[in-house]
Amino acid sequence: MEYVGRIFVILISSILINNFVMSRFLGICPFLGVSKRVETAIGMGAAVTFVMAMTSLITYIVQYAILEPLGLKYLQTIIFILVIASLVQFVEMVVQKASPTLYQALGVYLPLITTNCAVLGVAIINIDEKYDLIQALFNGVGAALGFTLAIVLFAGIRERLELSDIPKPLKGFPIALITAGLMSVAFLGFQGLIK
Amino acid sequence: MEKILLSLLSLGGMGFLFGAVLAFASKRFAVEKDPRAEAIREVLPGANCGACGYPGCDGFAEAVASGRAPVDGCTVGGSPVAVRVGSIMGVEVKQKERVIAHVLCQGDCHNAVNKYQYKGIQDCVAASMLAGGPKGCSYGCLGLGTCVKVCPFDAIHISDGSIAVVDRDKCTGCGKCVEACPKNLIELIPESNLVQVLCISKDPGKQVRENCKVGCIGCRLCLKACQFEAIDFVDNLARIRYDKCVNCMVCAEKCPTGAIYAHFAKRKVAFIHENKCIGCTACKKVCKFEAIEGEPEQKHRVLPDRCTGCGQCVERCPVNAISLNVREH
Ligand code: SF4
Ligand code: SF4
Repeated sequence: MEYVGRIFVILISSILINNFVMSRFLGICPFLGVSKRVETAIGMGAAVTFVMAMTSLITYIVQYAILEPLGLKYLQTIIFILVIASLVQFVEMVVQKASPTLYQALGVYLPLITTNCAVLGVAIINIDEKYDLIQALFNGVGAALGFTLAIVLFAGIRERLELSDIPKPLKGFPIALITAGLMSVAFLGFQGLIK
Repeated sequence: MEKILLSLLSLGGMGFLFGAVLAFASKRFAVEKDPRAEAIREVLPGANCGACGYPGCDGFAEAVASGRAPVDGCTVGGSPVAVRVGSIMGVEVKQKERVIAHVLCQGDCHNAVNKYQYKGIQDCVAASMLAGGPKGCSYGCLGLGTCVKVCPFDAIHISDGSIAVVDRDKCTGCGKCVEACPKNLIELIPESNLVQVLCISKDPGKQVRENCKVGCIGCRLCLKACQFEAIDFVDNLARIRYDKCVNCMVCAEKCPTGAIYAHFAKRKVAFIHENKCIGCTACKKVCKFEAIEGEPEQKHRVLPDRCTGCGQCVERCPVNAISLNVREH
């Protein structure tokens, strides 16, 4: 029971309190780049969720099966990048073959994730926090859900911003950045949720 | 020394392993790309407007190559592009008729009333969120120009500051405005059709009348007037069946509110070439408007005031003695 509770805490914390985009400031580029439409934001969120879960699993195994026993922890970052890059490639190929419809739906977002620092972030945090395999998996999924939540909310706001009467100097990107900042402040309000 | 060796080995080994897996996967999961898709992409206009229903020209090209999309699916390119795409795919292209967007509302500031004054974001989508917008008629055009903003060809404008109007010459029939209009007021109609019901209000007649001078009040006079069964009534609203309408424009003349619009300037009139007419009376029998006079065995004549240009006689004449001309005004 204690364990389930702990997993629950990990989930909540990675979705809301330590939201990757809003309070850890990871994965900002896709957050700003792919958030013009709610639909595409959801596509990106789905792709990230999938990749993050896979990454959490594989990097965990690599870390404790190869790096730790061989005393090569300092190679962590580069090897994780290697893992993520090949994983994304691999997943892309498999998806393209197995389910062309899903491939169509994910579109360009899949390859984009290769350069998403949030994915690398989640892998390294899993190790730093000394999670076990299941916790790591939940942390990965939670982080991805948090990312999805943030990007979909942001896309919703931006869709509305498009229609609004905004002073010229602020139109487009500036107002988006300001909005992102305000959202982040709002998310930081979750900080006291779990003691 | 040992450490360097180990790290080299593990990093290199993993790189090698992943590389091998990827190489294997790329063989195993290879998806053939169609060379025709690239050829098709070359001849498309590259507007990436998405009117074909695919994400941009690339998506459409692939869809055509794999047979999922019709070769004439590109509305912007029209038939010239369709012909070239068709030749790549090796199929004969039938000329498809051009379609033009029509805004099915005439309720501008002179004709329609507002129920409140709207001062918010100048956009139809936003305005329609506030109790369906300021228009008294909940079906009417809000005139804030969401369609104008999306039109890539500058073919739609707000006239009189209150209603959207399409420029027939510039419209490519891409359908972007159709999607954008929150009131679903815009429809793509074949170019050859010259009669439209410019109202989509399903309200009862009395209510329509209160809100708008030019709405369809469901009186069914057009239904009675139409000789060709080209009018349907659904939900108290007249609809033209474009496949049956012969552009005689009689319904538009009969409509008491003017909700049916016809391009009268393009109305046709029949003309009998006397030297060819053999006096068989076939045309006289088929005319539904008693617009042809003449005795059997004698030359026949069209009465231009009665003729509506429906063209029935042209089809019937056994010696092709009748032609349809545009009326002179
Ligand atoms: S046709 Fe539709 S989008 Fe265009 S102005 Fe009217 S309500 Fe707005
Ligand atoms: S134009 Fe003629 S054929 Fe067409 S709907 Fe009107 S009356 Fe009928």
